[in-house]
Amino acid sequence: MSLEEYKGVAIFAQQVDNKLSSIAFELVGKAHELASDLGTDVTAVVLGKDIAGLAEELGEYGADKVVLIDNPELETYRTEPYAQALAAYINEYKPEIMLVGATAIGRDLGPTVSARVQTGLTADCTSLEIGDFPLQPKEGVEQKHNQLLMTRPAFGGNTIATIACPDNRPQMATVRPGVMQKLPKEAGRKAEVINFNPEIKVNNRFVDILNVVKNVATTVDIMDAKILVSGGRGIGSPENFKILDDLAEVLGGTVSCSRAVVDAGWKPKDLQVGQTGKTVRPNVYFAIGISGAIQHTAGMEESDIIIAINKDETAPIFDVADYGIVGDLNKIVPALTEALKAELAAK
Amino acid sequence: MNIVVCIKQVPDTKGGVKFNPDGTLDRAAMLAIMNPDDKAGLEAALRLKDSVGAHVTVVTMGLPKADDMLREALAMGADEAVLITDRRLGGADTWATSSTIAAGLRNLDYDLVITGRQAIDGDTAQVGPQIAEHLGLPVISYAEDIKVEGNSVIVKRQYEDRYHEVKAQMPCLITALAELNEPRYMTPGGIFDAFDKEVTVWSRDDLKDLDDANIGLAGSPTKIAKASDKVRKGAGEKVALDPKESVDYIVGKLKEKHVI
Repeated sequence: MSLEEYKGVAIFAQQVDNKLSSIAFELVGKAHELASDLGTDVTAVVLGKDIAGLAEELGEYGADKVVLIDNPELETYRTEPYAQALAAYINEYKPEIMLVGATAIGRDLGPTVSARVQTGLTADCTSLEIGDFPLQPKEGVEQKHNQLLMTRPAFGGNTIATIACPDNRPQMATVRPGVMQKLPKEAGRKAEVINFNPEIKVNNRFVDILNVVKNVATTVDIMDAKILVSGGRGIGSPENFKILDDLAEVLGGTVSCSRAVVDAGWKPKDLQVGQTGKTVRPNVYFAIGISGAIQHTAGMEESDIIIAINKDETAPIFDVADYGIVGDLNKIVPALTEALKAELAAK
Repeated sequence: MNIVVCIKQVPDTKGGVKFNPDGTLDRAAMLAIMNPDDKAGLEAALRLKDSVGAHVTVVTMGLPKADDMLREALAMGADEAVLITDRRLGGADTWATSSTIAAGLRNLDYDLVITGRQAIDGDTAQVGPQIAEHLGLPVISYAEDIKVEGNSVIVKRQYEDRYHEVKAQMPCLITALAELNEPRYMTPGGIFDAFDKEVTVWSRDDLKDLDDANIGLAGSPTKIAKASDKVRKGAGEKVALDPKESVDYIVGKLKEKHVI
């Protein structure tokens, strides 16, 4: 493998039901930053059927090129045809960096493709930058420049590791949704569109999809919310979430919850914040009656402002909160809602 | 039907985390349990054994002390256990690990391979699909439910907002979610028998079709640049006020930060 042949930053632009996923734009945003450090460009790769219409939006969010692999076998995600298509893209276009979202699709596609093209893959990255490997010069070891340094939590968020892939290309990472920032939309910005049609061969590894069953749609995605009012076991009952609904409503926010609440059957899983739920970074995160186990804080500690209300002054949530209030949520939350109503009405 | 379940002994994250000087994990210094997703995979295999009949083999790559976990699997009802252990395999990333385990599986008969979705130490979810890739098997990740019908499996494959009901021909590989089931306990008789059973131990030399360039730390394309305990942003202010003062305090902060 000649490493120098590999140029450019590529991202897998995930679409589901012919709608681009939010992670596609987040990856374009991050790729843009990496590409300007490397003096190269950003390619978004879209796989699917009848997807020509998706190129424009990727251009407006910062992609310089959009490669479309349009094939009936790619209509609904299945590992094998998607892996064939993405591996064919990598072998043909040779990007030096290939980013994939750490979604239920990407965490299946990424490892399959990286093994197929025989390179490394770093999972669930929360930070990516260009730098040297090893980080410091070491005697007897060649220090390589312009490497992708991929940082990820492990051990349920207890540790953090920075990983490089110095001798193989592309450097591949899956990136946790909700962590990277998308760029502002630039209307009229155009990407060069390339139609690429690799052969997709049916083999023993194809599976049949018998049925697609969508969950009952939740009205909002907590990952898009600017203000989250999140409740834990301390709320006490599903009925008592009413006081959080009221607070969220007055602030134009959304209610989310901890794992304990989902396990108790009080709220659906798509409202769960944390290691096994979603990673969120709203402007304001209210943690109400949430003790703040590390699995929870791993999913919300990047929020701009964290306000915690808990009656237990030793609760670990206070270790990550900007503003912690030790007290009775049943008294504070309804009074806060009323006070905010009055404040906002006075404006 | 032959089912092979790949299981991993993982440090219990509650026991604290320790590193070797080279930045890799010091697994020997931490408490060890069977990884939860893998245990669900084993339970799924044992249920298939109960319902349609199967020979269940558990395989792990790890330190010699993983013997404890293999005997737990035998006590739950697995028929055979294989430990792949060798210093030369240490420090492996997911590429080197999956290459090694795939080579181990080539020594076994299997119709179905089950792995956990991900281990609680690395959280990568990569080794299962990569084993399938090395062996040329169909892979179905994130299984919530597994059924066998003739020569096929029918699996509920979880996504964020939906599931797919997917049918694959065996042999194939499935990665299991902890939500799949509630694993059984070991039985007293099973525990007794498990300590009489032989655990097969393979070294690197027992693994065929495996290039030395693809094993251990040296055979890992990803390299650790640095590893550390997570640096957290420090705790902010903490106040204990009466409810009225608490409300004033929060409203004040929201104003100060221009939220309202």
